Amino acid sequence: MRNIYALNEYEVLRSDRCDTCGVCVKQCGYGVHYFDENHRLCVDEMKCVNCQRCVVFCHAHALKIIRNRNEMHHNDYWSERERKEIYKQATQSGILLSSMGSSQKQKCYFDHLMLNASQVTNPSIDPLREPMETKVFLGKKTRDVSRDENGKLILKDEAYLKLDVPILFSAMSLGAISYPAHKSILEAAKECNTYYNAGEGGLHPDFFKDKEHVIVQVASGRFGIEKKVLDACAAVEIKIGQGAKPGIGGHLPSNKNTEIVAKTRMIQQGSEAISPAPHHDIYSIEDLHQLVMLIKEATHYTKPVIVKVAAVHNISAITSGIARSGADIICIDGYRGGSGAAPTRIRDHVGIPIELAIASVDERLREEGLRDQVSLIASGGIRNSADVVKAIALGADAVSIGTAALVALGCHLCQNCHSGICNWGIATQREDLCARLNPQIGKQALVNLIRSWTYEIREIMGGMGINSIESLKGNRLMLAAVDLNEKECEILKVRYAGE
Amino acid sequence: MKREGEVRIPAGCAIAAIFSKDGHLVDGSRIITMIQTMHERSNGLGGGFVGYDIYPEYQDDYAIHMFFDDLTAKRTFESELFDKFKVFKYEEIPTRQNPGVVSSPLIWRYFVLPLEQRTMKEEENFMVATMLDINERIEGAYCFSMGKNMGVFKGVGYPEDLGDFYMLEKYQATCWIAHGRYPTNTPGWWGGAHPFSLLDMALVHNGEISSYDTNRKMLEMVGYKCSLQTDTEAIAYMIDDLTRHHGFTLEECAHILAAPFWSEIEKMEDGQKNYYTYLRKNFADYLICGPFSIIVGFKDGIMALNDRCKLRSLVMAENESTLYLASEESAIRALKEDVDKISCIRASEAVIYKRGEKHA
Repeated sequence: MRNIYALNEYEVLRSDRCDTCGVCVKQCGYGVHYFDENHRLCVDEMKCVNCQRCVVFCHAHALKIIRNRNEMHHNDYWSERERKEIYKQATQSGILLSSMGSSQKQKCYFDHLMLNASQVTNPSIDPLREPMETKVFLGKKTRDVSRDENGKLILKDEAYLKLDVPILFSAMSLGAISYPAHKSILEAAKECNTYYNAGEGGLHPDFFKDKEHVIVQVASGRFGIEKKVLDACAAVEIKIGQGAKPGIGGHLPSNKNTEIVAKTRMIQQGSEAISPAPHHDIYSIEDLHQLVMLIKEATHYTKPVIVKVAAVHNISAITSGIARSGADIICIDGYRGGSGAAPTRIRDHVGIPIELAIASVDERLREEGLRDQVSLIASGGIRNSADVVKAIALGADAVSIGTAALVALGCHLCQNCHSGICNWGIATQREDLCARLNPQIGKQALVNLIRSWTYEIREIMGGMGINSIESLKGNRLMLAAVDLNEKECEILKVRYAGE
Repeated sequence: MKREGEVRIPAGCAIAAIFSKDGHLVDGSRIITMIQTMHERSNGLGGGFVGYDIYPEYQDDYAIHMFFDDLTAKRTFESELFDKFKVFKYEEIPTRQNPGVVSSPLIWRYFVLPLEQRTMKEEENFMVATMLDINERIEGAYCFSMGKNMGVFKGVGYPEDLGDFYMLEKYQATCWIAHGRYPTNTPGWWGGAHPFSLLDMALVHNGEISSYDTNRKMLEMVGYKCSLQTDTEAIAYMIDDLTRHHGFTLEECAHILAAPFWSEIEKMEDGQKNYYTYLRKNFADYLICGPFSIIVGFKDGIMALNDRCKLRSLVMAENESTLYLASEESAIRALKEDVDKISCIRASEAVIYKRGEKHA
């Protein structure tokens, strides 16, 4: 049934500064702008997703995109969005799809945590004059000290990752995002001495040579996993779930399954690439242990194994189980985490905020005496350097960023990745669109972002009188709560401001 | 008003030490002179001393120093003590009246050995566990010293007044360490003063560490209870854990607590680089950030250590027989001893002396 109720979401306003040069026509992959048979510049607003590509590229600054000013009958409960979604499902039937992280207005705990600084009793440290260390190790800590017959320490250690900054790039598959986006992120990870995560779509052969900076993912679809790939990485991540869609699998639509994607995933081109909801060899925690050990055997115990899970209600018990299953690093993805495509209801309603998850997981792992056996990566909605500092003070060893990295590459968060059309060349496999993202420029943007955040983190740490980021880990005295209730403070283990 | 342990109280301080390298005995008046010279660095809200080799007649027994709020606490403590230990002697610690020292608790000492035979290591664990448990459990009883042939004397007041109160001039020691406190709040509790002691280790500290919560959480995970919420307590537990449980030497311990910066480590040759990387990677949550100068006393030895940026003063001087340490040069000058030049202890470089060994 045709959705006769559908309205254009946006209005495209063109001022008289327009000289009809036609750049907007060329730039819009959705066909919003077009010349009619009389060579008049026209607009099909129904197709507009507000990705801002035409606005940015209009040399005359003649374009503006605004929300459709038409107002439906006002109702605070039955919002326009609710009604539009019902119209859509009533006429077309099916699961609503969305992309990237939840856009719903929900409480953000980061915004209720204030940071500390030194005054009088303890000097702040000037990062311009004194060393300010942001180096982080991820993996098990060796606390059993052994010595040789001369009493010298034996420096035997577990496999680990070493990062110059406490920020990794989140897993995003080749398929969900483009080759040039992958190349940009990998090159930036190399330059910043951190890690690129290939995501569940396998590792493109071009990237095998940079294995010191690559994390590969073993997900439920097992796409692109073979010995060669396990050898071409610094760490292997078992993906159990992701914050945008805990408990469900993945689906790369056939139109995004192009030649390069298919080859990397080792599947047939143009097929629907489905990742099952669970790993069919992991129905319980003891099965996870076997997979962890299998990967360790296959990589001769030279690489740490990461287990990535979505932050769900029972997250502290889950992570405690994972820590006992041999994993070296646990990545916890909060409900604001992104996705190339996720059912809207799942994305917006399943999971818990990363701040609460990290705080309770850190606490539980300490109670169980397991915290030094495993490192924690927090992800899912990290927006800026202050979020990074807060996540670490809540108990994470490091964070990973996905959405922030894509925004640095030009993403304007139109959240339409599942269409496969991305005018910024990021979430697309269309060759003409991919060509728009220059990996050299993309890399530089990401390097600039990571460096800027690092400078800011150093300033914040200096103010606190902390000159090694490892002394910030779980240091909740550096956080104060504002506008949170007692229960929230109790879970976050943070004192109220002024307390 | 909240007591120490119920609230975290930052404090500035003065610290000083006299260490006899050849084992000759020094009476307590000398260390009082040193700490008195730095009067300005204290504010009358805490001070204390530790002396080593002060109880030669009971040198093989644990000397338990106790504060009691009242007789009930004392009776409860003693009934437990007599159950588990052979008590060779117990007495009130002699004191004299000093106008600067008021509202003192009951102060007693007990020379004891556990009734049950254990290996040395097990016995030490038992001593620590028993005394910390008493502090935790028996209301109004607080053990502030438990080493062999050593003792802590501390309280609320200016350190020189407390030294007079405890009549320290009557004690002869091979090592004296002193502390004058400048807390920002009024803790008003004798147990909160320094030194903080565990077995024969005693620690004084000047500074406020910004890594406190990270250090505390690690300590609580491995079984310590940071009930005083002071930096000093946390640092003492870390040293105890690293040396007694992990078997690190004091040098290694200093390399963990005040680790060199990565920028320095990267310039080292491979052996050194791997050593420091191993320590920093695996013991990162023992790293102390923020300003501190500490003096740690232990049987037959002493260690002084400054933070990684040298944010607190600490100077040293020595001659043939003695090593002097103090927050300020004036404290050493006041002794009018013939010493070599007075020098600053460098950031994160531990000064360690062990009697009978060349200094590291």
